[in-house]
Amino acid sequence: MSLSDKELKEIAYLARINIDENSFPSLKGELDEILGLFEKLNSANTDGVEAMSHPLNLSQPTRKDEVTEINQREKMQESAPLVQSGLFLVPKVIEGEN
Amino acid sequence: MINKNQWEAVIGLEIHVQLSTNSKLFSGASTNFGASPNTQACNIDLAMPGVLPVLNEEVLRMAIKLGIALNAEINSPTSFARKNYFYPDSPKGYQISQMDKPIVENGHLDIELEDGSTKRIGVTRAHLEEDAGKSLHEDFEGQSGIDLNRAGTPLIEIVSEPEISSPEEAVSYLKSIHSIIRYLNISDGNMAEGSMRCDANVSVRKVGETELGTRTETKNVNSFRFVEKAIHYEINRQINEIESGNTIAQETRLYDSQKNTTRPMRSKEFANDYRYFPEPDLLPVILDEEFINSVKETMPELPNEKKIRLMEVYKLSEYDSSLLAADKDLANFFEEVTKESNSPKLSANWIMGEFLAELNKENLSIVESKVSAKQLGVLIRRIEDSTISGKIAKEVFEKMWASSKDTDDIISEQGLQQVTDLSEIEKMVEEVINKNPDQLEKYLSGKDRLFGFFVGQVMKASQGKANPKQVNDILKSKLEK
Repeated sequence: MSLSDKELKEIAYLARINIDENSFPSLKGELDEILGLFEKLNSANTDGVEAMSHPLNLSQPTRKDEVTEINQREKMQESAPLVQSGLFLVPKVIEGEN
Repeated sequence: MINKNQWEAVIGLEIHVQLSTNSKLFSGASTNFGASPNTQACNIDLAMPGVLPVLNEEVLRMAIKLGIALNAEINSPTSFARKNYFYPDSPKGYQISQMDKPIVENGHLDIELEDGSTKRIGVTRAHLEEDAGKSLHEDFEGQSGIDLNRAGTPLIEIVSEPEISSPEEAVSYLKSIHSIIRYLNISDGNMAEGSMRCDANVSVRKVGETELGTRTETKNVNSFRFVEKAIHYEINRQINEIESGNTIAQETRLYDSQKNTTRPMRSKEFANDYRYFPEPDLLPVILDEEFINSVKETMPELPNEKKIRLMEVYKLSEYDSSLLAADKDLANFFEEVTKESNSPKLSANWIMGEFLAELNKENLSIVESKVSAKQLGVLIRRIEDSTISGKIAKEVFEKMWASSKDTDDIISEQGLQQVTDLSEIEKMVEEVINKNPDQLEKYLSGKDRLFGFFVGQVMKASQGKANPKQVNDILKSKLEK
């Protein structure tokens, strides 16, 4: 299995990573190697083996429905580049509008 | 000419319901509505490095309750997955949701149709996920303000099978879900505040076709009426497009309630590739039988069960029972009123008449009513035991609403008791007859319709307090002398 340039561009876009086109050949080589490992895994016989979504055979612990957090807005916003009226400010993004 | 009868609609709904927990799905931050921005967003909600989600147990109970009410299977183990996308109101860069093993699967719901029959709609699945924060686009020059108070609030998304055939059926289904979540007390279901939100998947096909047409997903529909209108619009739009030789694009559309249209959202290339994968920070959740049974024991009476009980215990009509049972608070109010009034039918009439009219006028919910169930129950008892007439009762009700005084106090303070003393009524009847010799003559010469005039005059003389039946009887005997 080998990645096309188009697929590489799509993945980079979805992950919001800027990739220099000059690095495409080396990146594709590395990714193809990783994908090769998955192909190896795929070739293993898994008949009768139940699919796992986690390596630990345990049930997720839960907590009681109680409010345990206090308001720490000031502290949380110390590291934010821009804040106004208690809101984090980010470059304008409107989903679904042109 | 387009013949709409040749077409049929295929509709599926995705309903997001905010669960009314105290704290968030994976953090101990409060979920209260309306707090100052970012005061209820902790380091987990903000996706600070190194934090881990911890699952709220109450959310599992709520989802299981819903699953039982929807006659569905509860999956154990049930597991979480990451849905990856970038948007400023979701700081992690992914939403924790469920993919392969949703907590609720393969259920169904019977909805009532306009002709009184029922139709079974399949519920494919209901899965848990986190809500996102809110973006505010006004007031900030070229920037958006982000409030993450809502980020991490638990949602359950209920996905129906594409088995809904009309906008009216869609509303009936939505109302049934709304009624159930309110009965289960797992959400306030407030559509205006966004506690319940609906996306509609709509496609059309020629009658008789078995293959589904291309569907669109309409988002942003936040009232029962808008769901009906948006689906209507979308069905007609799709039929017109196809009839004029165009094809339907599979896309997401936004409903604009002011213009009553839907319009496409900007469709970004690959925007819908969420690259789900199992959430490595959360183990699968095993729901053992003991836990599920402990939830079963807390199941309240459901709307349909309530309706049947109202018909059996109170001998109400199916229509009245169905209207009362649709809303948990309304049904409870009815039972409280009836406990006091001992008259189910009259109580139902009053609640669905004067009482709801007054609430609607002031835009209040039942729990905010200015007249308590007990007060209304006493009022109805006073009609039944002939202390006051039905007409006076309306007057007392208005006074009660305005003053919150008790029924009996208003009746005695204002002297509104019905006059049942025969001699007093006789006196009034005689006075009215004596004052109206002309009408008397005409009546005696055969104008029977004037009887009503005399009744009216006596009631007026008594200021509405005379017992109408006694007035009738006495008048009849006096006039016939």
